[in-house]
Amino acid sequence: MISLEAVTFRYEAMLMNFDLKVARDEFMAVIGPSGAGKSTLLSLIAGFEVLLSGRIRIAGVDMAHAPPDRRAVSMIFQDNNSFAHLDVFTNVALGVSPSLALNEAQRARVADALDRVGLTRYRSRRPTEISGGERQRIAIARALVRDRPVLLLDEPFTALGPALRREMLDLLVAIQRERGLTVLMVTHQPEDARYAASKIAFVDNGKVTHVLPTPEFFASNPPSEIEAYLRG
Amino acid sequence: MAERLEQMNWQAFRVTTALGVILAAVALGFIPLLWLGLANGFSSFDSYLPRVVAFTLKQAFLSTLLSMAIALPVALALARREFPGRSLVLKLLSIPLALPAIVVILGIVGVYGNSGILGGLFPVYGLSGILLAHVFFNMPLAARLMLTRLEAIPAESFRLGAQLGFTSGQVFRLIEWPQLASAMAGIASLIFLLCTASFAVVLILGGGPQATTLEVAIYQSLRLDFDPARASILALAQLVTCGVLVLIAGQFARQMDVVPRTVAHVTRYDGDNFATRARDAAAIAVALLIILPPLADVVGAGLTRIQPDSALFWATLTSLAIGLGSASLSLALGWTLASAAASTHSKSVRNIIAVACLAALILPPAVLATGWFLILSPVADVGSYALLLVILLNALMALPLVWSPLHPAIVESRQRHDRLCASLGLSGFTRLRLIDLAVLRKPLGLAFLMAFIMSLGDLSAITLFGSQDFVTLPALIMVQMGHYRMEDAAGTAVVLTAFCLVLITLAQTWSSPNDQP
Repeated sequence: MISLEAVTFRYEAMLMNFDLKVARDEFMAVIGPSGAGKSTLLSLIAGFEVLLSGRIRIAGVDMAHAPPDRRAVSMIFQDNNSFAHLDVFTNVALGVSPSLALNEAQRARVADALDRVGLTRYRSRRPTEISGGERQRIAIARALVRDRPVLLLDEPFTALGPALRREMLDLLVAIQRERGLTVLMVTHQPEDARYAASKIAFVDNGKVTHVLPTPEFFASNPPSEIEAYLRG
Repeated sequence: MAERLEQMNWQAFRVTTALGVILAAVALGFIPLLWLGLANGFSSFDSYLPRVVAFTLKQAFLSTLLSMAIALPVALALARREFPGRSLVLKLLSIPLALPAIVVILGIVGVYGNSGILGGLFPVYGLSGILLAHVFFNMPLAARLMLTRLEAIPAESFRLGAQLGFTSGQVFRLIEWPQLASAMAGIASLIFLLCTASFAVVLILGGGPQATTLEVAIYQSLRLDFDPARASILALAQLVTCGVLVLIAGQFARQMDVVPRTVAHVTRYDGDNFATRARDAAAIAVALLIILPPLADVVGAGLTRIQPDSALFWATLTSLAIGLGSASLSLALGWTLASAAASTHSKSVRNIIAVACLAALILPPAVLATGWFLILSPVADVGSYALLLVILLNALMALPLVWSPLHPAIVESRQRHDRLCASLGLSGFTRLRLIDLAVLRKPLGLAFLMAFIMSLGDLSAITLFGSQDFVTLPALIMVQMGHYRMEDAAGTAVVLTAFCLVLITLAQTWSSPNDQP
């Protein structure tokens, strides 16, 4: 579903070089040390950063130089996923049309998405009037109405407590299965990756050094860099 | 123990003295006004006062509207674009903040006046000239304040917009405007206040009685018509107007605190089309067309025409003496009071001190000067105290500029060092020498320089108390302009500008955060 071939990118003095393949319907976690290039990897796929060379294919189409809104992806950030001056319903409706001129069917789709993530009773509230976990649900609902096959998440639940994080991951996995989404999620919590992902990509120093099935990644004798990252 | 008590008394003495000076100055300005105004002033309430008030508000309203309307596209363009020369444009936008009004007025008359390159485009004396000068000063101020707001927008908002396919119009409506909206009222009321109290611009560019403001009318009643009763009425009207405006501005100021953004670098994905590029380029071109010609005119005309005569020599010396004197006095008052406000546990004491230091924002200098003039003229020759009065008035006017960098720095230093100093037994002059002077060197220097710059460019105190033998650089420029010696005036303006630019450059290096301890 996603493939990066010899994608190069320079951030200040650091030259990054990514190769990665993510299969359809896969839930892949991206983990690795701070500053290794995990977020950059997602930004390149989403089109927020422009690569120097190489190829990025999404759903079989070369997207290396397409603008962000033409790509078959939705991205959820750690923070600031909603506009504070718009209510929850409108924030989600932006995913249907930025002009906010919605017909009946489209309004119903927004209502359904709110219902799916459990935000129906907050539809008229502002994002500042609900909790951090509920705010992230706005972003998930918007991704649902946008209905793109790929979902990218950049440390989406880092600011939440352990129990709430579990709950959000459960929701995410359920939606991924229902919709057949391909998910790539950057996280700093190895236990989140272990809980939700079927594969794990390890990013170190601007490269994807390993892609392993989750059980192998957390096995008793992982490669030494992973060992160093996990156990210090 | 006795030593400690002595120190506390000394501290209390200094604070009381500083507060006493300010309160006495304000009271002496006030009481005769109230007395005279209430006694016989209101009977002379004719059509003149409403007309002056109406013009004051009208020119302030139009100046604010124009400044904001021109500044908005400039700020949007600067926030959206990285281009070679962007930092130069930002520097140019900060120059008007440091320039004395008289220099800009001279430049505007030079460019748009009868004999200027663009002469005859519009009448430079009257409302249009006043508006142009006010836009020159306030458009860059508004643009910079708006830019600060825009730069606080989180990077994710623009990424989200790009992903959802926002057009430039939708980015403005959904991301930029909501961020700006809460600050617009605050910026507008600040500019409105500055234009209401504007003196030099209206004094020189205002065309007689139909284009005069309260601040200038006070001066005219006092110095030209010798009508203190009318001056009192005008001063009371100005006081009420400015007081109301400060209250309104204060309400909005609270909503203006900028939220620091999470990601340092923001990439913009919108506006990558010809129409938006052209609009942004046009906005910046308009801003430069407003700022550059008057500056270029003064420098071009004046650089070769500096007359090293005795008038210039004495005016320079007088300006520097007044600047040094008032900056020192302002710093002494401000430092004493800011320290006291930082160390007191009483909230009401803190509030009293803050109000005393910010009083100059509410009390226009012409109001204070009127009161002092009325109370001093029966008992002494005001002319022989002119130097002291100008220094005192400038010091009070500069007090808000001293307070705003100094007070937060002292509060922070106290929080960081008080306990350690107490546990080491560091106090009094030892602490001052080892800790406070070292830590507060920069904010103290900055406060002093800002007060100095303000005093150098000030025209209100010197026109109210000055005379033929008591002339500062701005006053000399005005005299030379009055005799149509425009090139000599430009030469003097270059000297004055050079002093201001040296001081502001010093202040900028001093306030740069990167080499703070």
